[in-house]
Amino acid sequence: MTSGALPQCSDWAIETYSLRKAFGDRIAVADLSLTVGYGEVFGFLGPNGAGKTTAVKMLVGLIRPTAGTGRVLGRPLGDHSARRQIGYLPELFRFHDWLTGEELLDLHGKLYGLSRAERRRRIPEVLELVGLAEAARRRIRTYSKGMQQRIGIAQALLGSPRLVILDEPTSALDPLGRRDVRDLIRRLRADGVTVFLNSHLLSEVEAICDRIAIVNRGRVIALGPMSSLLAGDLAVEFRLGALPDGTLHALERLIQVDAVQHGERPVLIARAADEAAVAHAVDLLVRAGVPVYGVIPERRSLEDLFVQLVSDEQAESG
Amino acid sequence: MKAAIIAQLTFREGLRKKLVLGVILLSLIFAVLYVWGFHLFVQDWRAMEAQRQSRGATTILPYEVFASAMVLLGLWTVNFLAGVMTIFAAVGTIASEIEQGTLHAIIPKPIHRWEIVLGKWLGYAGMLAIYIGVMVAIVTMTARFIGDYRPPNILQAYGLILLVAFMLLSLTMLGSTLFSTVANGVIVFMLYGLAITGGLVEQIGTALDNDILVRIGVIVSILVPSDSMWRLASYLVQPRIAVNFLGPNPFGTTVPPSSLAVWYSIGYTVVLLLLAMARFQRRDL
Ligand SMILES: Nc1ncnc2c1ncn2[C@@H]1O[C@H](COP(=O)(O)OP(=O)(O)O)[C@@H](O)[C@H]1O
Ligand SMILES: [Mg+2]
Repeated sequence: MTSGALPQCSDWAIETYSLRKAFGDRIAVADLSLTVGYGEVFGFLGPNGAGKTTAVKMLVGLIRPTAGTGRVLGRPLGDHSARRQIGYLPELFRFHDWLTGEELLDLHGKLYGLSRAERRRRIPEVLELVGLAEAARRRIRTYSKGMQQRIGIAQALLGSPRLVILDEPTSALDPLGRRDVRDLIRRLRADGVTVFLNSHLLSEVEAICDRIAIVNRGRVIALGPMSSLLAGDLAVEFRLGALPDGTLHALERLIQVDAVQHGERPVLIARAADEAAVAHAVDLLVRAGVPVYGVIPERRSLEDLFVQLVSDEQAESG
Repeated sequence: MKAAIIAQLTFREGLRKKLVLGVILLSLIFAVLYVWGFHLFVQDWRAMEAQRQSRGATTILPYEVFASAMVLLGLWTVNFLAGVMTIFAAVGTIASEIEQGTLHAIIPKPIHRWEIVLGKWLGYAGMLAIYIGVMVAIVTMTARFIGDYRPPNILQAYGLILLVAFMLLSLTMLGSTLFSTVANGVIVFMLYGLAITGGLVEQIGTALDNDILVRIGVIVSILVPSDSMWRLASYLVQPRIAVNFLGPNPFGTTVPPSSLAVWYSIGYTVVLLLLAMARFQRRDL
């Protein structure tokens, strides 16, 4: 029995309850509770030292939690029967670099319990997928850092897993390589694979993740769908013709006006609760005969959110 | 059986280690010197014998006492090199792989941690069995074809030298789950040295009829029974007349360890391996 789906004992691909890991006095993960749904691309974000790698290591059974519990693919942490379905790229990995790429994948294929025929079919597939088909017969020692990261990803995808856990998969890749990984993750999502992406690269997470958690000092400080986390306030810049005071007052009932630059072409900086409020505001301006030259929404970026949350925390404790 | 995958990998990797290659090179040099030395010894003996006969003197000691001493010297070297090779090969097997991160992608795979430890043990054990087998064969063949001498119980001696290597392997691997590579190297070499010294102390004690020295030797051989197994091998591989002639000496013994000691050594090897598995099972990476 090497393949086939596990009985789905849970609605979540990953669930953790108050997971904690202390290394002596040092608390790497303080209290981690989160759930990741099947088929989701989940971004796990945080500054360096936040406890991301430690959390992931607990998920794959490399380290034991000090307290708390969790399930991966419906099985307890570290459980054997889920492992066949998990692909994992460690953060600090080094492979047996005297093997060729192909030999390394053969080794890991055997560890997954793939038959010779399955390995013969699957290895060229994943090598192609990560763009290493040409380097298959070269020793890994001769690979560049980026190529080593690619072979690491290939190794994680080898068993056609249901859950892929990637710990900083693009840290050694150039911009093109990063885009390749993004495309790869999108493809996995299209195939219904759950992806847990550890990263401190915000733009990367922003581009591909459905849901995210932001961790700092071993705690989740934000968790939710990307869209709702980034929603909240929508900053909008209006470029207008002359703006009568009466219209401004009417406008202030719809949106919160932060600043007005008066002049020939007044510029108005405002915050709206949502996009509908912006539409109403434009409607009001047009009815009042105010020329609208431009409405520029300034979507809050993940970076803004991240910096705000992490520095708020720092301020609180400091 | 997933341990077999790891065993195979370990075997291949072991042969690539520089220190292991160094030991193999050293062994080749030893083999050449040994064949040459044995040849010279036989020539000398024949010349002396001819001289003696021409003077009409009788042979004081039979040829086999000297031939046996040559074999003993050869096997002692093999035993020593095998011990050093075992420690060099396995000293970082868990610790340095954790440090380097080569285990991080392997442990989350569907393989039990104990299978990884067992697989590594089997891989090294296979390598050592071949190495020691070849070296013992070189010594035996040299004695036979150059010295026209056949030592007794050579298979038992092979088994015991193998047992010495295996127990050092278990000890080194256990240390590797507990300490860093460097610390482990220091500790295991100290214990190995201690075992050899303990064996010498015991021989001196026997020669001087000193109970305390003998007891120290026994205690050390309980802590690390490698030297006592070597001494049993040396006892078995010599004809009785040679054992009696040599008496207590650095390379052998007149008082062979009992079969209980053999069982103790086998148990020691197994238990230390099991402890290494248990320790690795709980280890954070
Ligand atoms: N084996 C360990 N022993 C002691 N401290 C550790 C160990 N692993 C991680 N830490 C500490 O735990 C914290 C979280 O580390 P890590 O999980 O690697 O963070 P991240 O992956 O988010 O950068 C850090 O302060 C780190 O120094
Ligand atoms: Mg990390």
